[in-house]
This record gives sequence, C-alpha cells and structure tokens, in this order.
Amino acid sequence: MKSKSLWASSLGLGLAALTCYADDSATVEKLHQQLQQMQENFNRTVREQQSQIEVLKKQLDEVQRKQGNPSDATAPGVQTNPANASTQPLGPTARSWSPTDPIRIGGRSAVVDISLVGTFAAGTSTAHDIEGGTQLGGHDPNQRGFTVQGVELNLQGAVDPYFRGNANILFSVDSGGESFIELEEAWLETVSLPANLQLRAGQYLTEFGRLNTQHPHTWGFVDTSLVNSRLLGGDGVRNPGIRLSWLVPTPFYSELYFGAQNSQGETAHSFRSDHEGEPFLGRVWNDRGVHSLGDMLYTARYAMSFDLSDNQTLLGGISTLLGPNGAGRNTDTQIYGADVYWKWKPPTAHAGFPFVSLQTEAMLRRLQAGAFSNDFDGSGMLDAGEDLFGDGLIHNSPREMLTDWGIYSQFLYGFRKGWVAGLRGDYVGRTKSASYEMAHGDDPARLGRWRVSPNLTWYPSEFSKIRLQYNYDAREKTGVDHAIWLQFELLLGAHTAHKF
Amino acid sequence: MKRMLAGLVALFVAIPAYAKLNVVVTTPDLAAVAREVGGDQVEITTLARPTEDPHFVDAKPSFIVRLNKANALIEGGAELENGWLPPLLAGVRNPKIQSGQPGRIFCSEGISMREVPTALDRSKGDLHATGNPHFMVDPLNARIVALHLADAFTRLETSSAGIFSANARKFTDALDAKIIEWERMLAPFKGREIVAYHNSWLYFAERFELKIELFLEPKPGIPPSPSHLAEVISKMKEMNARVVIVDPYLNRKTAETVARGTDATVLDVAQFPGGVKGTDGGYIALMDYLVNSLAKALGEKK
Repeated sequence: MKSKSLWASSLGLGLAALTCYADDSATVEKLHQQLQQMQENFNRTVREQQSQIEVLKKQLDEVQRKQGNPSDATAPGVQTNPANASTQPLGPTARSWSPTDPIRIGGRSAVVDISLVGTFAAGTSTAHDIEGGTQLGGHDPNQRGFTVQGVELNLQGAVDPYFRGNANILFSVDSGGESFIELEEAWLETVSLPANLQLRAGQYLTEFGRLNTQHPHTWGFVDTSLVNSRLLGGDGVRNPGIRLSWLVPTPFYSELYFGAQNSQGETAHSFRSDHEGEPFLGRVWNDRGVHSLGDMLYTARYAMSFDLSDNQTLLGGISTLLGPNGAGRNTDTQIYGADVYWKWKPPTAHAGFPFVSLQTEAMLRRLQAGAFSNDFDGSGMLDAGEDLFGDGLIHNSPREMLTDWGIYSQFLYGFRKGWVAGLRGDYVGRTKSASYEMAHGDDPARLGRWRVSPNLTWYPSEFSKIRLQYNYDAREKTGVDHAIWLQFELLLGAHTAHKF
Repeated sequence: MKRMLAGLVALFVAIPAYAKLNVVVTTPDLAAVAREVGGDQVEITTLARPTEDPHFVDAKPSFIVRLNKANALIEGGAELENGWLPPLLAGVRNPKIQSGQPGRIFCSEGISMREVPTALDRSKGDLHATGNPHFMVDPLNARIVALHLADAFTRLETSSAGIFSANARKFTDALDAKIIEWERMLAPFKGREIVAYHNSWLYFAERFELKIELFLEPKPGIPPSPSHLAEVISKMKEMNARVVIVDPYLNRKTAETVARGTDATVLDVAQFPGGVKGTDGGYIALMDYLVNSLAKALGEKK
C-alpha cells in the first residue's frame, strides 16, 4: 500500500478507493467467488440434464399415448426407440489440451490476446525525394522497390479487475536496411471509475482527430494524409502521458477527452522536438526542457455520434493540441482540428459489405517561432558550423507566427464482399509566406501541395489484404509526381476488432 | 472511506430497484428468449438487427451509450460477437456488466458446444475457439438459455424471482410441446441433405436429424469460388440435395445460380426472429416458420 500511495494519489481519489477496497476484502471475496462459481457450474449441469430429461419424458408420454391409441396412424415418425439419437445430449467434441497441441492465442483460452500485423509495400514513384519528400509518413512506402511499412505486435487483455492493458510494438526496417523498433503504445486503462470517467496512463496515440489514433494497418490508404504528416509529424503525435475521458450523459454518444503528455521527441513534431539538429521552419530547434506544467503537451477533444437512420451513422469531433515548441525561447504551438466520419451499411450486409464511408479531417496549426540568427556568436561573420543553410550567408529571422493548414477527404466504397474502391483528396499549405522564407526562399515544408489517390483493395479474408494505389502529387515549385504502390498485409492471431 | 464507498455502491444498486431491469442483448434470438423470461420486468435493447450478419455488426458509438446505462448485458458467449463487442465494452465504463459480475450473462454456459476445434488453424477458415456459435437454432438449447436467464435475472432482481421462473416455465412448456410437433413434422425427412451457405445450421440439423453438411462457402467466412460451386453442384446431384437455405444477409444470387443447375429450391431462412417475414412473433414463431417451410420445401422436392 505504501509503495503504491504515490501512484494512487496521482491517479486520483477514485483509484485509491478501489485499491483500499481490494486489499481489505480480497480473501473473503475470493472464497465467495470460488463458492459461487462451483454452485453455478453445478446448477448449469443440473439445468442441462433437467432439460433433456423433461423433453425425453414428454416424448415418452406422447409415444405411449399414441400406442394406446392405434387409430392415430397419421402421426409419423415419433421414434419409439429409447436410444433415439435426437434426444441424446449433443455431446461436446472438445478434449483436453495435450502438450503436442499448438498453444492457442486469442479467444477465451488465453489471458492475453496476441496478434501480429505485417504490412508491406512495393512500388515506384517519379519523385527524386520519395522518403520525406513525397512520402512524409513514417510508415509510408519510402523507396523504389519494397518497403516494410511495419510489423505490429499487439498484446491486450484485462490486467486485473480494475485495469485493461494494451501494447503495440512496431518492428520495421528503414530505407537504409536497418531494423528498428518503435513503442507505439503501451498503456493501462481503468474499467470501473465512477461518474462515467475513464483514465488511461502510459504511452498512447494522442486523441486528436481520427487518423492519428489509428494504427497504419487500419488506414483506408497505403499512406497517411498530407495534413497529418505535415502538421502532426510522420509518425503522428504520441508520447507518454495520462488521459482522462468522460462519457457525457447525453442521450446521444458524446465524449470529452483531456490529455497531458510529454511534449518532446520526434513524435511531438510541432512541439519540443529538436528535429535532430536539422533546421526546421528556418530555425534550429532546441528541446527547452521542462520547467513547469505549462511545458507539457495538452489535448482536448469532444466527439459525438448520431445514428441518422438504421443504416447510417455519423461521428464527428473537434480537437485541439497545445504545447511549447522548440522554435524559440518562449514559443508555443496550437493545432486545431475538426473531423467527420459518415458510414452507410444496409441491414442485410454480408461480412460488412456493401458499405460506403466518407471521412474528412481539417487542421490548422499556429506555430510561434522565435527570433533566430545563424550567426550564433554575434560576430557578424559566418564561422565554422554556422553555415546552416549551405549558402554562406547570415540569416536573421524575426519572431513570427507561422500558420499552416490542410484537409483531406476520403471516400471508400465496399462494392462487393472483400472489395473496396477508394478515392482520397489531400491539400496542405500555408496562409502566407513567412519572413524567413523571404531570405531562404520558399520552404517546401510549408508550400502548397495537393494529391489525389484512387485505390482498390481486396480482402481475401478478414486476415489478409492486397491494395493497389496511385498518387497524383502536385507540389508548388516542384511540379507533379506520380507514384504507384502495391500493399500487402497479413494478420496472425486474435481477431482485431476495431472502433467505429 | 470504505463506508463512503459502500454508500456509493448502495446508491448505484438502489436506483434500478425502482425501475425495470435495463437489459442489452447482442443478438435478436437471445433477445426473444430474454423477453419471454423477463416479461414486463425488463426493458430489452437489441444491438444486432435480425437481418444483419451477426459476425459483422458495426461497433456504433450509440451502442456505447446503451451499454453504459444497462443493468445487464446478455451475449452468446461463443465468440460470435468477437468482431464488435470488445471495442464497445472497452469504452462503456459500466461496472455492472464487467465480466464476472451478475450483470454479464453468457448464454453459451450450459450448452454442449459442437465443432470445438482441437487446433485453431486459419487455413481452415475463420474458426471459433469455443465451437460453432450458432447454437440457438436447436430449441433444446433455447430451453437451456431460458432457464439460465431466469436464474440470471433472479440474481439481479431477487424480488421478481417468482415472475421470472413462472415466465420461464411458461416458455419451456410451450417449447416442449412444440419440440414434439416439430420433430414429428420433420421426421419424414430424416437424413435428407440440405445445402446451406454458411455453417450456421449444425445444431438445427442435429436436433432434427437432417444433414446440412454441404456449404456454398468453401470454408467458414471464405467467399464461394466458381470451382467450389461447381463441386457443390455435382455433389448435390449425387446426393439428391434439392433445397438450398439462405440467411437474409447472404448472397441469394449465388444460391439461385446453384439451385438452377440442380433443380433445387432456394429457401429464405433466418437465425433471428424478424429476419424473414412472418417471424416477428418471437423464438417459437421463428422455429415454426423454419420447420414448416423446410418441411414444405423438402416435401415438394422428393
């Protein structure tokens, strides 16, 4: 209890109450549960036997009645054989596990549901800068030839009566052939806090919009959207932290989320990321460290859903991300987003087909950037290591506000079982060019860009898929590029059940 | 602290005592039996619609709201709802329907599950670890479920114990009489071959000694291929199978093509009351329809 107290107080009163309660009466409760379970098992057996017996009895009565009344010749086939197979209990065909059997994963036979999703792509693009140029997403196809988009290992299950746990670990091989591991998610979540509250703690995908919380294998397209990858970063926003959500007691579904997470690292792209020392938005970014609560990354989201009819459901939300950034001494970033998802599925859909869905997300980023000069020592001359932009010039940029925005809209049509046709349109751009861009030239990380991506997906079963996608990609000042990607995916292990 | 908690718990428990039991049921077949047993003491909300493929129901957010307010959740318990129930439950924050609570009711308890795989191998299609989950089409299983639900409701609302057991008795008595009638009606067709789209009729076939072993799907959940259908057609001719049964959410056209090639009848069937016309009345109405229409189709196609 003592060692837990710090933890418990940070989680709040509700949890502490649960812990106390658990310690005090655990033994009695356990015995009670055992007894109750034994009684239930016994009752169940009795119930089943009784059912069989009663039906047998009634059939016997019936037969005897018929035999006593031979004139009733129209009654066909009521069996007189007492060993009548139809009234015998339908015996289970299960047998006990033997060491030579495979170990079962998934279902109720395991404490943890394990699954492995491998996603790969093959294809080509006319772009000279595929990785980080046309394909910004960390799990996008990033080279001519083959790309390991990711092999995700997911583990989930009940931790104990109070928490549910989930971990997603991604294995991949980068374009240089190096293997790497990412901890996408690993969190626990309460199951029975009072007042419709739910608390999640650990490493998790930030609740911002729709795409950011989805793992790559659930996307409708080969790659992530332009606006997600430009404003939230190639890997999206995720970091260790804590999230409280409240299921609002409205007659329709609505939920409020509040999150506080660390604001540094490459998964906090527009925040305290140092961008590995590379200039970003005309400046060298510094991880300023954490000095107060204001240095954390805060999220708020409100989502709601309506069933428009038996066949149509609408889900929408607004989100915001607030936190400090590394583009100055006392600068911060605000990102606002709105998203909407609509789905139609007829009441006689087979295996989820046919269906039509539409998903749109729009985002706006206001990023405050500090005054910056690459003449670090103020000597008025460009010394060794100061020629950051490779042009031998000193650039002085004032403190300024950079406003960027973007939108994508995707349409999916599952026209027959296992087949989905998709179309996505993307746009990202800036509201106006920044001071630093006057000196350096337009920044490709802010220039206007649009993309159109039709695709076709075939799911041979729920556990595999093959997808072909074309990208028409028009970048301001760079021109048009074409790309074609073939994606293939496998799923091993537990059923993946996804959120709506 | 403990007293406060106890007070809070008492408050939560006390509220539903004045109202009807608010029960959410995953599928309409279980809902029909729950309605018989609960009578006017329970308010039933069904998640899946009767014409819908029960394996693939959308985890709509509106379901979260219903589950959040429920006193009890009744589910099949045999992985039929695996594709959509877990993500809903992750967000419901309703301690009353957590696994292990009296408000969480698994209907498969006490049922002798069939086709429990000794090894799970997805090259054989999408198998369920707990066995074939379509057990409700055996009326004897519905009987077991009714008695189970009476016990489960009693645990939730002790004061209505008498009502629940009387309701269950009434339902099982009606069912017992019907079982004899249904067995008699299908007795002339003992051993006859019937073709189905998906392997969801095993328990029905075993109860009435029919053979439903030939499927338009090559493996559970795997769509029919032309070569497999050709094989089905030749087997149908060999076995003289002349009736193809199709659930409302399955592709009737595939069944019609097969039927044309074999001079067979396509019969619309449903696992759920309300899934086909004239079965809205409940579980017994559904079974009446199934037995009558099957006897008629089998009688016409000798």
